[in-house]
Amino acid sequence: MNNFCKYFDSFFRGLKTLLVGLKTTIKVFFRKKITEKYPENRATLKISDRFRGTLTMPHDENNQHNCVACGLCQIACPNGTITVHFETVENEEGKKIKVLTNYEYDLGTCVFCQLCVNACPHNAITFENSFEHAVFNRQKLVKKLNRDGSTVVNKK
Amino acid sequence: MFDFSVVSSWIHQFLTSVMPEGLAIFLECLVVGVCILAAYAVIAMILIYMERKICAWFQCRIGPDRVGKFGLLQLFADVIKMLIKEIVELKNTDKFLHALAPYIVILSSILAFACLPINKGMEILDFNIGVVFLVAVSSLGVIGILLAGWSSNSKYTMIGAMRSGAQIISYELSIGMCLLAVAIFTGTLQFSEIVAFQADGWLIFKGHIPAVIAFIVYLIAGNAETNRGPFDMPEAESELTAGYHTEYSGMHFGFFYLSEYLNMFIIAGVAATIFLGGWMPLHIPGLEGFNAIMDYIPGFVWFFGKAFFVVFLLMWMRWTFVRLRIDQLLKFEWKILLPIGLFNLVLMILVVVFKLHF
Repeated sequence: MNNFCKYFDSFFRGLKTLLVGLKTTIKVFFRKKITEKYPENRATLKISDRFRGTLTMPHDENNQHNCVACGLCQIACPNGTITVHFETVENEEGKKIKVLTNYEYDLGTCVFCQLCVNACPHNAITFENSFEHAVFNRQKLVKKLNRDGSTVVNKK
Repeated sequence: MFDFSVVSSWIHQFLTSVMPEGLAIFLECLVVGVCILAAYAVIAMILIYMERKICAWFQCRIGPDRVGKFGLLQLFADVIKMLIKEIVELKNTDKFLHALAPYIVILSSILAFACLPINKGMEILDFNIGVVFLVAVSSLGVIGILLAGWSSNSKYTMIGAMRSGAQIISYELSIGMCLLAVAIFTGTLQFSEIVAFQADGWLIFKGHIPAVIAFIVYLIAGNAETNRGPFDMPEAESELTAGYHTEYSGMHFGFFYLSEYLNMFIIAGVAATIFLGGWMPLHIPGLEGFNAIMDYIPGFVWFFGKAFFVVFLLMWMRWTFVRLRIDQLLKFEWKILLPIGLFNLVLMILVVVFKLHF
């Protein structure tokens, strides 16, 4: 008798789960399709803001960035992707400070781990979601992130 | 209601007026054969396109849309590719049986295809044991599958063929139970009479509970019969590469592929014929005006509409459920589906004896 009940119990439970499965798939069937027709829809393409496409250094309207050339990102990077070139100058108070000359970033070796962004104490660098990076030459992947003539924001 | 026998008898009269009767019948048979093969190929292409699109929609994709508008030319590209591919000759295979197997498979499915009544007066094979004939020829295909597995001289094909044999023979019983229930209800085994019986309401409405159960069991068993869906054990990619047709290439593989889709269409067509009325329009007793309007839609539109609806149900099942293990597969048939079929048979007998149907 126990086996008998078990048989019917398992039968109806199985039937129920099958119907749940059918319900789920028919919902997906009528759902809007997620496929992106990429080259055609470039104008309307929406990439998530959190997508890590390339490392950038945001500049404000005065062509100023936040990088103080401390080199923590370079230390944090597991691949040697980042090289911070700086020169040491003396400011008006007579203190020697580092000034960024060339923030070198090699897109070709970057693994987009975000350790450099996490290491930065001044939020000078961040990832943005642009992803069309194809070039014909590996050397073109080595980029200079700070713009020409940019200076560091003078924090009071 | 458009009756195709007017056309066929006109052709017959015309031919017999210009040539002896024997030659006329021979010519007619030739034309019918060519028509069957053409319909077979066209339906297979439609089904392959439909499968790709529906599979994509169930997975939230778009499906083929690069070749032609909505990917409509994709199937022609596939067919051309299949036709120009080389048929590889393998060492240590039984050459004759290896070449023979796909033809047996496709022959059985063409024979079964010819049994379907497409329109009024458009039955090709129609005689008083039609249902039995259909079951017989559609299970002939298992010989081809076993031959393919055996002659390829490979462990994957052998295991696939053995599984397929066990599966088809098991699920044949459930199909038989469903068809028996229908035969009890309609009192005939001839397809044209089964369709004519449903003139005042389709069997699924007339036979209510037992007919619905038989319909569902038939769909499940039919899906297993065609080696598709959750029952595609013989060609489980992860363990058997492609099952019994692993060693086939070119058009020989194409034949297996074609017959798989056409067997699905045959299962759907038979389900549409015996449960959903075949070419019979939707008739509701008492609503004469409605019935008259429905009669204006030609029978083959009804038939193909219903058949493709059932095909959609089969694809829905296929793309929802996960593959069963071989022991689960056989357990499912012998411990669940067959008892339901037997119970349903008794129920149908009670319904018929006590006249509980509409």
